[in-house]
Amino acid sequence: MDEILAQVFQVGFFAALIRIATPLVFGTIGELFAERAGVLNLGIEGTMMLSAMTGFSAAYFSGNLWLGLLAAVVTGILAGLLMALLTVSLGLSQHVSGIGTTLLCSGLSFFFYRLIFGQPSSIPNIKPFAVVAIPGLSAIPVIGPIVFEQFALVYMAMAIVPLSAWVLYQTPWGLNLRTVGENPHAAYSAGVSVMAMRYQALMIAGALMGLAGAFLSMAQFNAYTFGVISGRGWVCIALIVFGQWSPWKSAAGALLFAFIDALQLRLQASSIINVPYQVFLMMPFVFTIIGMALVSRNARAPAALLKPFRKEER
Amino acid sequence: MIALRLEPREHTPVWLNVTLPLLAVLATLVICSGLIKLAGASVMAAYGKLFLSALSTRFNLVETAVKATPLVFTGLAVTVAFRAKFWNIGAEGQLLAGAMAAAFIGARQGLAAWCLVPAMIACGAAAGALWAVIPAVLKTRYKVDDVVTTLLLNFVIFYGMMALLDGPWKDPLSGYPDSPDIRMAAEFPILLKATRLHLGVLIAAVATPLVWLLMSKTTLGFAINAVGESPRAASFAGMSISGVILLTAVISGALAGLAGASEVGGLHFQVMAGISPGYGYTGIVIAMLARLNPLGVIPAAIFFAIIITGAEAMSRATGVPVFLADVIQGTALVTMLIALLFNQYRVRLRRVSNG
Repeated sequence: MDEILAQVFQVGFFAALIRIATPLVFGTIGELFAERAGVLNLGIEGTMMLSAMTGFSAAYFSGNLWLGLLAAVVTGILAGLLMALLTVSLGLSQHVSGIGTTLLCSGLSFFFYRLIFGQPSSIPNIKPFAVVAIPGLSAIPVIGPIVFEQFALVYMAMAIVPLSAWVLYQTPWGLNLRTVGENPHAAYSAGVSVMAMRYQALMIAGALMGLAGAFLSMAQFNAYTFGVISGRGWVCIALIVFGQWSPWKSAAGALLFAFIDALQLRLQASSIINVPYQVFLMMPFVFTIIGMALVSRNARAPAALLKPFRKEER
Repeated sequence: MIALRLEPREHTPVWLNVTLPLLAVLATLVICSGLIKLAGASVMAAYGKLFLSALSTRFNLVETAVKATPLVFTGLAVTVAFRAKFWNIGAEGQLLAGAMAAAFIGARQGLAAWCLVPAMIACGAAAGALWAVIPAVLKTRYKVDDVVTTLLLNFVIFYGMMALLDGPWKDPLSGYPDSPDIRMAAEFPILLKATRLHLGVLIAAVATPLVWLLMSKTTLGFAINAVGESPRAASFAGMSISGVILLTAVISGALAGLAGASEVGGLHFQVMAGISPGYGYTGIVIAMLARLNPLGVIPAAIFFAIIITGAEAMSRATGVPVFLADVIQGTALVTMLIALLFNQYRVRLRRVSNG
């Protein structure tokens, strides 16, 4: 047991934990904006997949990672607009629209990746984002190498949590967004455009999901593969339930998930416990379900979640 | 000025049931023809290969029916679940559960030869049902969202299956992460000589009208529909919502489990990583195109079987990536969803005064 602990809990472990949490934080906060406005975006998995592909491809051909990032964000926004068209303008079932968006986006990502790169013998790769150590702060013992020697995108994810909490709870725009998600008719009576708020929420959500996808294919890994997302989008949706629709709690949930994921990766590599590695891959998903079961009874989703808004119907 | 206006319909004309899916498919093909152009191929040549290769010979026709079989099962599974608004996105995982149970039973030496096939079918259905009951119990007892749990459970069972195939269940003969072959006596009987038309195809063909009967002529079917349409009214009418959802999950999961059992017993004779290339997810598209009508599942399943089979031939002949099939599935789901608007509303052109 001591041997396991010694092997697992090193500085590298916690630095890896933060990297694993980063795409989850982007995805979760993105999804949070959509859900707080009353739209469940099940398109998240496909949006992340397509963004990972477009971001990688743009970076591959331009040689500029930031251009790749921009492509991923634009892709995410476009996927968000599709979701908005289906669920907000047309008022269609959010469940089926989301699954449709995911199937469509992942299909497009496979199609275009094959079209652009064909079937080369070795996987095309890029020089991914490099670690940026923050001068001064990274010299702090233990904390420094864990928190302040990370990718630029990791710092961005760290900033996005307080920023989203501030936007959602401290600004008039955030109040309007939450009202639209809780009681759209009240918001409408107060002169808030429900449509516009939901469109904006889904576009922000898409942009953040784009960052999540780009992080995976351009920072965490240096290539796009068909399994690059492998369920992380669905995990984000679970994390929001786990985090009771709060940005801070959801981000904490992302860290908890990342802890389990980093742990299973270490255990896989350490060969202390001799079981097929897939058992470890399974672990984070099992824990996510257990976590949801523990909190769901008291969970209170935004009241208007899943409900389309039509002015004339009350 | 002319304004478009959506008016609610009083009732849905029957011809829309057939027209809407056809319209959706047509729109899908028009949209996706843009992708074929992007790939530098001729639209006619690509679609020709995509649709006609599956229908060109008698052998290919039978192969299409074989390919459609798991899709019929998953399409029915999703249909039943969605009717109750039990959002079972887990047909994929339930299929794997059924496949594993069938492969396990089919390889048992201790069982009498005559009972192998029935036992595989029964256990496959039971395993699928069991895997679907987990999210149903989580939903009814702990209020855990069914969409998320069914999705996550797909990953749990896939990794669990791969762990078994990489560990204790690995085929000792081949050394690949595949399960050992089932016994000869466990292979489903072939219905048509020199083809792969197996018992599973027949079961799917029989299951479809049975599910239709269940949904439209029985009390349980009525309850499933009632819970889906208005849980409050259903509970006022004295139905147990939890009970109905659990039963829905059992039926839905069993149908998806049959897909797995039929793939193992009739086609692959073992379980391996690629046993389901997303049949569970395609089932969602099929159920929606069928407008959640069990009888509509068969034509929708055949349509996607044609596309999945034809995509390889199309890709070889024209160079259009085989993943066009995936894009078509996603697009069809979206266009069908939009087409359903015409079901509830009619579009009226109205002259309005400028104001």
